[in-house]
Amino acid sequence: MKNLLRYVITRTLLTIPMLFILLTIVFVVVRIMPGDPVSSMLGGHAPQKVIDKKKEELGLNRPLIVQYGSYLLQICRLDLGDSMIFKQKVMDAIGDKLPATIELTFFGMLITLVVGVPLGAYAADKRRSAQDYGIRLYGIVIYCIPVYWLGLMLQMIFGIWLDIFPIAGRTGGHVFASTFEQTGFYVLDTLLMRDFSAFGDVLVHLVLPSVTLGLTLSGIFIRLTRANMLDVLKADYILAAEARGIGHRRVVYKHGLLNAFVPILTMMGLQVALLMAGALLTETTFSWPGIGRLLLERIYQRDYPTIQGVIVIFAIIVALVSLVVDIIYALIDPRVRY
Amino acid sequence: MHSNILEIEDLHVHFPIHIGTVRAVENVTMTIPQGDVMGLVGESGCGKSTLGFSILRLLRPPGEFAGGQIRYHGRDILQMNTKEVLDLRGKRIAMIFQDPLTSLNPLFRVGDQFVEAIQTHENGVSKKEALQRAAATLERLGIAPDRLQEYPHQMSGGMRQRIMIGMALVLNPDLLIADEPTTSLDVIVEAQFLDLLNELRKQFNLTILLISHNLGIVAQMADRITVMYGGRVVESGGAAAVFAEPRHPYTQGLLASIPNIKLDQPQLRTMPGAPPDLVHPPPGCVFHPRCAYVEGICREQIPPAFKVGDHLTACWRYG
Repeated sequence: MKNLLRYVITRTLLTIPMLFILLTIVFVVVRIMPGDPVSSMLGGHAPQKVIDKKKEELGLNRPLIVQYGSYLLQICRLDLGDSMIFKQKVMDAIGDKLPATIELTFFGMLITLVVGVPLGAYAADKRRSAQDYGIRLYGIVIYCIPVYWLGLMLQMIFGIWLDIFPIAGRTGGHVFASTFEQTGFYVLDTLLMRDFSAFGDVLVHLVLPSVTLGLTLSGIFIRLTRANMLDVLKADYILAAEARGIGHRRVVYKHGLLNAFVPILTMMGLQVALLMAGALLTETTFSWPGIGRLLLERIYQRDYPTIQGVIVIFAIIVALVSLVVDIIYALIDPRVRY
Repeated sequence: MHSNILEIEDLHVHFPIHIGTVRAVENVTMTIPQGDVMGLVGESGCGKSTLGFSILRLLRPPGEFAGGQIRYHGRDILQMNTKEVLDLRGKRIAMIFQDPLTSLNPLFRVGDQFVEAIQTHENGVSKKEALQRAAATLERLGIAPDRLQEYPHQMSGGMRQRIMIGMALVLNPDLLIADEPTTSLDVIVEAQFLDLLNELRKQFNLTILLISHNLGIVAQMADRITVMYGGRVVESGGAAAVFAEPRHPYTQGLLASIPNIKLDQPQLRTMPGAPPDLVHPPPGCVFHPRCAYVEGICREQIPPAFKVGDHLTACWRYG
């Protein structure tokens, strides 16, 4: 366990240079983009004097290298700075929206795993059967479908035609989110308040966005699980377990799947990045007030500090998840030593 | 009570693949009397392992039984339903494998794997009770019971092979199938393992089917021998008789190719040719393309098993 702690610390320290490289890239890229916060705020026809004054106020008239230096200093003080468009700290803007995104990606990942892993394992067990071909076909097709198109289709079918699930937002009109306790995770908030009708409403609103996000990634997990399972099912210990009279299903889904799950877990860590990208599109399709949509809006407005801040947060989340995955990995597989 | 624990009669096992059908086991008949050690020998790919797995109905896809019977205490295993087969596996007929390094699930403690095996076959045995039985079995194998807490990767190869044996014997089976049990062990561990197997055989009143390409360990252990070539039995009989007077040209070649330390051999003796293609086996006797005594009839008709002296030989020279 002591080694694990050392590993965690090393990994965390290694994240820091990664973040600086990322920040530098983002810092440069947003400034290369045509337009700037001032023109997006004032429109194209403001007098030059006003524009200059605003630029000076925001510090945009300083040389780029000076802006970069002062931004890095700010980051070192764990401060993401102020929005250039609104009177708002970037940290607060993100803090408002982050729980919505985490909630969405959490349930999205859950659906990915619940759909992808069992289907992949089943396909491997029944390889070359009609079921196997069917599942693999589903996997490829769902992987090729763009997230927003799948979202639109689900909205049309389940939101409009069948009218079972709401197609936008985190809550319905009769639920007032402002009365929630302040974790920002509505599922948690409503549970803490024991307000079960609001809890139901929040869950119902989560269905279509998280299913959209989850199904898109389920294809990768089907293929991954199937490939790993095929390898594992060839192993001697599977045959040995069967030779001991243990039922086939138990052998496949306990002995087999647990072994196949180790590499899947690693993949999960990597997929979180993809999940975040998917969340951006899903949030837009479903008017989900998360940081993906925040990022998109602020890109339109050229709000440099907020764009940089959101991307830092994305990077931290991805780094954090892969760290957690590594820890779980060590807990599942006794051979792993850090 | 049947005096033969296992009777295999006219067994055919086929693997249909895209280029045709692999006839892995053809027309095999073999009888193992209670309490004997049957040595099953032959080169790689001759069907001996397939035969071993067939007894537990553990054919890998696309393998299928194409005829014959495998009678265990007089009951045909191939006619049993799934539940009966599961009851048989591990409980009545146990199997140990070639590679002890990969035959234990790496993610579970050894003790838990014992518990699972015991609880699968005996309802209502508590985990504690199962662990006690596992510990008792391990003690008989000379392994400290606290090893049950460990994971397979914490043990040496010889230790793991003994664990495999322990797991096979903890349920008191009466037939043990050992598929190349010592191939991955070094010579010293192999010798220790064979001593142990001999010891256990008496203690547990075991009947053993010992599958091996290593004639040395078969000679050391077996009461009877069955020699397979190209999916067929070419010679069978008492171990002493077969070793003393091999009749089939293949058996003779096999025995002649063992290096003899007492003879001054400038070169090791080998058998010309390669094992047959089991999708398109040669017509007549499967061995005829490599046989020094080949005659016209060998190329046309499959030889039946002729009784010569006290053993059976499938060769036209004795017809």
